[in-house]
Amino acid sequence: MMASYATEIALEPPRLVQHAPLLTASRINKRYGSVIALEDVNVELYPREVLGIVGESGSGKSTLLRMLNLEENPDSGVFGLHLPKYAEQNLFDLSRFERRQLRVHHIGIVYQNPHLGLRMKNSSSGNVAERLVIAGERNFSKLRAAAKRSLEVSEFPISRMDDPPKNLSGGMQQRVQLAKAIALKPALLLLDEPTTGLDVSVQALVLDTLRRLQRDLGIAMLVVSHDLGVIRTLSDRVMVMRNGRVVEQGLTDQVLEDPQHSYTQQLVHAKL
Amino acid sequence: MILEVNDLTKNFFLFQLEREVLAFSNLNFTLSSGEFLLVAGANGVGKSTLLRTLYRSYRASSGAALYQSKHGQIDLVRAADVDMMLLRQEEIGFVTQFLRPRPRVSAVELVAEPLLFAGVPQEIALRRASGALEMFGLKPELWQAYPTTFSGGEQQKVNLARALIQPRRLLLLDEPTASLDATARVALRERLAQLKNEGVAMIGVLHHPEDASGLIEREILLTSDLPLDTGFLEPEEANYVA
Repeated sequence: MMASYATEIALEPPRLVQHAPLLTASRINKRYGSVIALEDVNVELYPREVLGIVGESGSGKSTLLRMLNLEENPDSGVFGLHLPKYAEQNLFDLSRFERRQLRVHHIGIVYQNPHLGLRMKNSSSGNVAERLVIAGERNFSKLRAAAKRSLEVSEFPISRMDDPPKNLSGGMQQRVQLAKAIALKPALLLLDEPTTGLDVSVQALVLDTLRRLQRDLGIAMLVVSHDLGVIRTLSDRVMVMRNGRVVEQGLTDQVLEDPQHSYTQQLVHAKL
Repeated sequence: MILEVNDLTKNFFLFQLEREVLAFSNLNFTLSSGEFLLVAGANGVGKSTLLRTLYRSYRASSGAALYQSKHGQIDLVRAADVDMMLLRQEEIGFVTQFLRPRPRVSAVELVAEPLLFAGVPQEIALRRASGALEMFGLKPELWQAYPTTFSGGEQQKVNLARALIQPRRLLLLDEPTASLDATARVALRERLAQLKNEGVAMIGVLHHPEDASGLIEREILLTSDLPLDTGFLEPEEANYVA
């Protein structure tokens, strides 16, 4: 049996980068019955960094994202965010109320399916404002101004800000989700297949918006995608998952150009 | 000394073919600030691979590449990914023959991007980017256009402007002159000379070493026969910058 890694050189822990990771998740395990969804998964995400997670359907990448969004707990594991009120805490131990507070203020998410992230019959501006209301803002004109600002930053056409998402195209719905996600300038933005199902040209626009946001606001992002092109465009580093395990991780160009694991080589060679 | 490469070896293991492809092995050399090292050799002996291995687009198979960062010494072969990201942002630049244009991003914005990421205000970044494009002779009417449809030479100019816009301590140059016209070659040579004088160390793969005439002091020759032949040029062959 051949070795599954090409290089035997292990990397050292960070020595030049002085600041702590924003997100640290360690030894995450999750089973659904006899199916192993996640096995001993570790994630570190640094401030301003974009980490891509690739893998085929069923590799566990979306499950991992749900856990990091505190929608579901793993069987075991530790999850910390390096934020003033939450330092040294395992976030999986938070109550429902505390989770909601944490999510509203510090975590934004964009789902592949806009139905999961938006109320399709409410106005788009209302969808964005909802976050701000939960955070305690009650003044209508302030809410509307903040929602508008957030939609503008997401490059949503403002003339349509009062249309309900159900009347919008897929690309515009993603922008509303994005506006909602960044309304309170979260430290962490989770993106689950953010451009899957969009036309190629719309996909390019959304990707471009995401890059601008990352550059201008410095939000750390975790992007799940099965599309290596999306990952290459957005992420600094990438983690490759298969059957609930991380098989390889590295700088994006390195993983795509010199994949070390046999599975990653297959994946890269399968790209059109 | 800014870089010390010890017994650096790179193999590609291709699982599909169940075989190993050797790029280079047991390479040894050093590089000081302000020095230009030319990597010479026939096609396919691993010249670009060496640059990519130092930049960590490729993972080395064995050996070490000790780099003297302004934050301290670090082995590029073993540095954590986030440390490499920091070095790429601040210290080590890579100039390729290929531009990777992105949809809906204009030439000037693509050039300004590294500055914007580094926190330079937009107006200043765009002005410096325009200056860089001007230096390499890209027609001003193309500055706001999307480089996706540019010719090879035009893309290369954008690429050079982007790669050389920030201060660097080590530059890896992979055929930077490949598709350039004569004017741009001269501009590039001037820019490299200027950076070299400022103390930037450079490792270059050049199809036409005369494009960097007067800049190169040292050369390593990669061959497919091992071990590799490395060493100084004879004094009369070496060109020192005045």
